Amino acid sequence: MSTDPTGTDQRGPLRIGTAPPPGSPGDRAIRATRRTRRWGSWYVAEHRFRVMRSYAQTVTVTAIGNPIIYLYALGVGLATLVDANLGADAVGGVSYLAFVAPALLGSAAIAVASEEFTYPIMLGFKWNPVFYGMNASPIQPGQIINGIVISVAVRMVLTCGIFYGFMLLFGAVPSPTGFLAVFVALLTGLGFGAVLMAYTATLTEDTGQLAMVMRFVILPMTLFSGTFFPLDLLPVWLQWIGWISPLWHGTELARVFTYGLSEPLWLSALHVLYLAVLLALGWVWARRITARRLNK
Amino acid sequence: MPEPVIVAQNLVKKYKDFAAVDGISFEVAPGESFGLLGPNGAGKSTTMRMVGGVSTRTGGDLRILGLDPNRYGPEIRSRLGVVPQADNLDTELRVRENLLVYGRYFGLPRAQVARRADELLAFAQLEDKAKSKVDALSGGMKRRLTIARALINDPSILLLDEPTTGLDPQARHILWDRLFRLKEQGTTLLLTTHYMDEAEQLCDRLVVIDKGVIMAEGAPAELIRTYSSREVLEVRFGSELNADVAGRLKGMGDRIEVLPDRILIYSENGESELVRIVDAGLTPITSLVRRSSLEDVFLRLTGRTLIE
Repeated sequence: MSTDPTGTDQRGPLRIGTAPPPGSPGDRAIRATRRTRRWGSWYVAEHRFRVMRSYAQTVTVTAIGNPIIYLYALGVGLATLVDANLGADAVGGVSYLAFVAPALLGSAAIAVASEEFTYPIMLGFKWNPVFYGMNASPIQPGQIINGIVISVAVRMVLTCGIFYGFMLLFGAVPSPTGFLAVFVALLTGLGFGAVLMAYTATLTEDTGQLAMVMRFVILPMTLFSGTFFPLDLLPVWLQWIGWISPLWHGTELARVFTYGLSEPLWLSALHVLYLAVLLALGWVWARRITARRLNK
Repeated sequence: MPEPVIVAQNLVKKYKDFAAVDGISFEVAPGESFGLLGPNGAGKSTTMRMVGGVSTRTGGDLRILGLDPNRYGPEIRSRLGVVPQADNLDTELRVRENLLVYGRYFGLPRAQVARRADELLAFAQLEDKAKSKVDALSGGMKRRLTIARALINDPSILLLDEPTTGLDPQARHILWDRLFRLKEQGTTLLLTTHYMDEAEQLCDRLVVIDKGVIMAEGAPAELIRTYSSREVLEVRFGSELNADVAGRLKGMGDRIEVLPDRILIYSENGESELVRIVDAGLTPITSLVRRSSLEDVFLRLTGRTLIE
């Protein structure tokens, strides 16, 4: 008798120790599934890419339009004001453009995360329940989550790569190690996004929770993460917002690479660790919720 | 007898204290078309999900193609085609793309999936809809596309959960025709339905399920022979009078069932029962003689009609 109702014990009771006889239907099934066991996550990613193609225009326009608008408005427009009034290296010891650009890069990754880790999840479970269709094939719940992470990572790298290209064009990257900021932005976006994905996976209904997240999590995070002004300008009792914010950790680390912000090595290591832990926790959590929801 | 492709022994699925499936056992032979017939909430879909390897059983034993779904879920699913009760086609993709993307989940090479997709679009009579959006399809077309998608991996067993529920009669007949062809080609079908005509058309053998347990098992004709008479006379006297009149019909036929809207008289010869009623001075508003169906079997076994 199968005794474990949670389904965590995948071995089953009558584990006879021997594989099904060669040539039997069971044996054929086992051989037919090897590819999906290995590559299933990529097949799900393939699905996501196909879907993204249907809104490829939006993806391209935001990937190219965002950096131009933000770098121009803040890095050139606002910067003129800041640099003229406070001196050309008043904020962080560099031009305001160099100061704000890595933060905007991180925000671009967060923007991709807040789009791709929310609605596609609600969709797959509820609005157009394609996850159930995937789960009826040899694809496993964990692979669905992996596939989404893979596809979002690809979109994020492309978006951030383009953004970085514009940063170079605007002359916002004094340091030769600046390109590493693209990967920092990726880690930032995925770290935040994985937790957001797991949270979204717990929602059986969207009665405005996602809009609340946008308004009361993502927006304040973008404003108070040392993005537009250094975190230590905030009163001490508000600085915690930065410390728990993946965007602050990502931005500070990116600044180390783009203009050589000086911070102790342990702090840089902590940034990486914090983002990696968020990514790992969110990812594992999302896989568990998905496995539970799809096994009814 | 060849090795059965599905073996369920004392299968149980509980949700907290409620047993949706309460110890059912059945076997399905390769190439057989097997039905689970019962009203809504009988446990058919739950059974289907367990067989489909997406719902962990609470008790009993289950083998699909000789494999235990607890251990070999993906392996079993690689040999199944699943047509769920509610279509879950991808509305963000076009019709043909739905097949292409789904075939990839089975690890099939792109060229092979593309070839198969075209064959299946022809089979589902959707060739000229290949580039349409899914939402532009009618209910019957969506259902056929779902079936085509379920066949993309050339499955050993096709699971159909309420395949024609919600379709208009014409769409149902087209679908039955397609399923019948699959059956002729030797595909094993496991289907749930609460339509007795569907069960009679498509099932070689079936189990009648109610409240999570099996009430009877057999071929449709056999079940009808065992649990019902050859013919049924249906008479209506108007909803006010049915119950009153029923008393005066005592002794007629083999058995009488009084339903809210009509009275059923089970007999080997319906016409002669009607003559007796008229001779007794009773005049039904309408009368109908028909052959017994699985609906009557269900009524006999549970005291309830299938569709309430």
